[in-house]
Amino acid sequence: MGILVKNISKSYGKVTALSNISLDVKPGELYGLIGPDGAGKTTLFRILTTLLIADKGQATVAGFDVFHDYKSIRNSVGYMPGRFSLYQDLTVEENLNFFATIFGTTIAENYDLIKDIYVQIEPFKNRRAGKLSGGMKQKLALSCALIHKPKVLFLDEPTTGVDPVSRKEFWEMLKRLQQKGITILVSTPYMDEAALCDRIALIQGGKILEIDTPKAIVGHFPKPLYNISASNMYSLINSLTHYEHTYSVFPFGEFVHYTDKRDPIDKASLKTYLEQQGLTNIDIVVTQPTIEDTFMELAK
Amino acid sequence: MKTQNVIEVENLSKLFGDFTAVNQISFHVKAGEIFGFLGANGAGKTTAMKMLIGISSPSSGKATVAGFDVYKQTESIKKNIGYMSQKFALYDDLTVKENITFFGGIYGLSKKQIDQKRCELVEELGLQEVTNSLVTSLPLGWKQKLAFSVSLLHEPKIVFLDEPTGGVDPITRRQFWELIYKAAHNGTTIFVTTHYMDEAEYCDRVSIMVNGKIEALDTPKKLKEQYKTDTMNDVFLKLARG
Repeated sequence: MGILVKNISKSYGKVTALSNISLDVKPGELYGLIGPDGAGKTTLFRILTTLLIADKGQATVAGFDVFHDYKSIRNSVGYMPGRFSLYQDLTVEENLNFFATIFGTTIAENYDLIKDIYVQIEPFKNRRAGKLSGGMKQKLALSCALIHKPKVLFLDEPTTGVDPVSRKEFWEMLKRLQQKGITILVSTPYMDEAALCDRIALIQGGKILEIDTPKAIVGHFPKPLYNISASNMYSLINSLTHYEHTYSVFPFGEFVHYTDKRDPIDKASLKTYLEQQGLTNIDIVVTQPTIEDTFMELAK
Repeated sequence: MKTQNVIEVENLSKLFGDFTAVNQISFHVKAGEIFGFLGANGAGKTTAMKMLIGISSPSSGKATVAGFDVYKQTESIKKNIGYMSQKFALYDDLTVKENITFFGGIYGLSKKQIDQKRCELVEELGLQEVTNSLVTSLPLGWKQKLAFSVSLLHEPKIVFLDEPTGGVDPITRRQFWELIYKAAHNGTTIFVTTHYMDEAEYCDRVSIMVNGKIEALDTPKKLKEQYKTDTMNDVFLKLARG
């Protein structure tokens, strides 16, 4: 009763948005689709929510086929698109009432499910949706997507453009919804949010790079990874890029993430080389790879 | 290079009616520094930045940008800064070449200067194949790198970047930061407004605004030590949640 995707492809003219995608989301799972803009995340969401028909392949959502049983799917899923899609000139309460009525239910009937979220915007229930702040719009959109008690919830980049405080609150809400038995597929360009999912699919350019638990994905990083810092970041990157033993070099916040072609690495000779390049305060320390490191390695 | 201040702000405030959007902020930014200007939605970042780029007049306080006064010399400020935002940077329905020519012209470069800059820029970014393609047809990452380079066409002292790398794939984002490091290395000051904490990690120093005030200002390393965490995200959460 989760989501099953088998060999789905979709092109827009010459542009291939999805290329032979397969994945399965188990019932009750919090599943992340992680990739940058243009990876194909929204296209997959639109196919699974029956708003778009795939060129090839099959998919079922909550046990229903996306092509043949599209009406059943529409009754069983909640969908929060990336772009705010509620009625801007209806109030908060009117929007919620509208979505409840469309699905043949009432706010009262499923209030339990949205209570945690809705109480935060209830003081503004007479305000028009178009006049809400970004964080409040997001909470209203989630309430509207949940008001008919869907089995599967689709959230397309719910935290894009949202500040870290609201992002954290949003993920706490998702965890609570998951505990109520709702299957959740959520997409995000933020690699740090990937760690909060049960399983993730890394996607880029319409192709799945890897599917696994966040922990296992990080574990697949093929080489020892080093944090390197020095007095001048620009010279450090340049020097490492031209070093004969460099396998990969990426700026990573205040450090450079570096891997070496040699196994094991010769730290002393690397340090000597960097000193010869005029760098000072050189520090080379082994570090744990992140999902982002793995993503870059797979996307290379 | 890093001794001279190119932005000096003292007790700068902006009020809208009885709402204080920016409340007596003070800071300075040195030449060649990468300065992160952080805050939650509604903390006052955008209002503060609008004052610094000369499109909003402060209610009180003092500030100079590239040596020019934010009250009286706003036109000189605009000529001496570059600006790039994630939302708007280039015209999608103009070609790469047309965009460069257009922005070069806006900033008062001569035809000869524009031609020369265009050749350098196309070469550096490897855009030879697409100079006559519409910008809309380029991948997002290319657009972002082109937009950044265009914001530097007139060799501004300071470039303001508004959430420059949101949504961009991780490898392209790093190529973008390499361009930023290079510009900073050449003496351009980089002022990054963002609420993406992974962007904050790349800055030399960051300030964090909460409810109109600057509540923290230091290097990411020292802020992480001070708040006893490993990430700027946690520093931010501790500050913003109080």
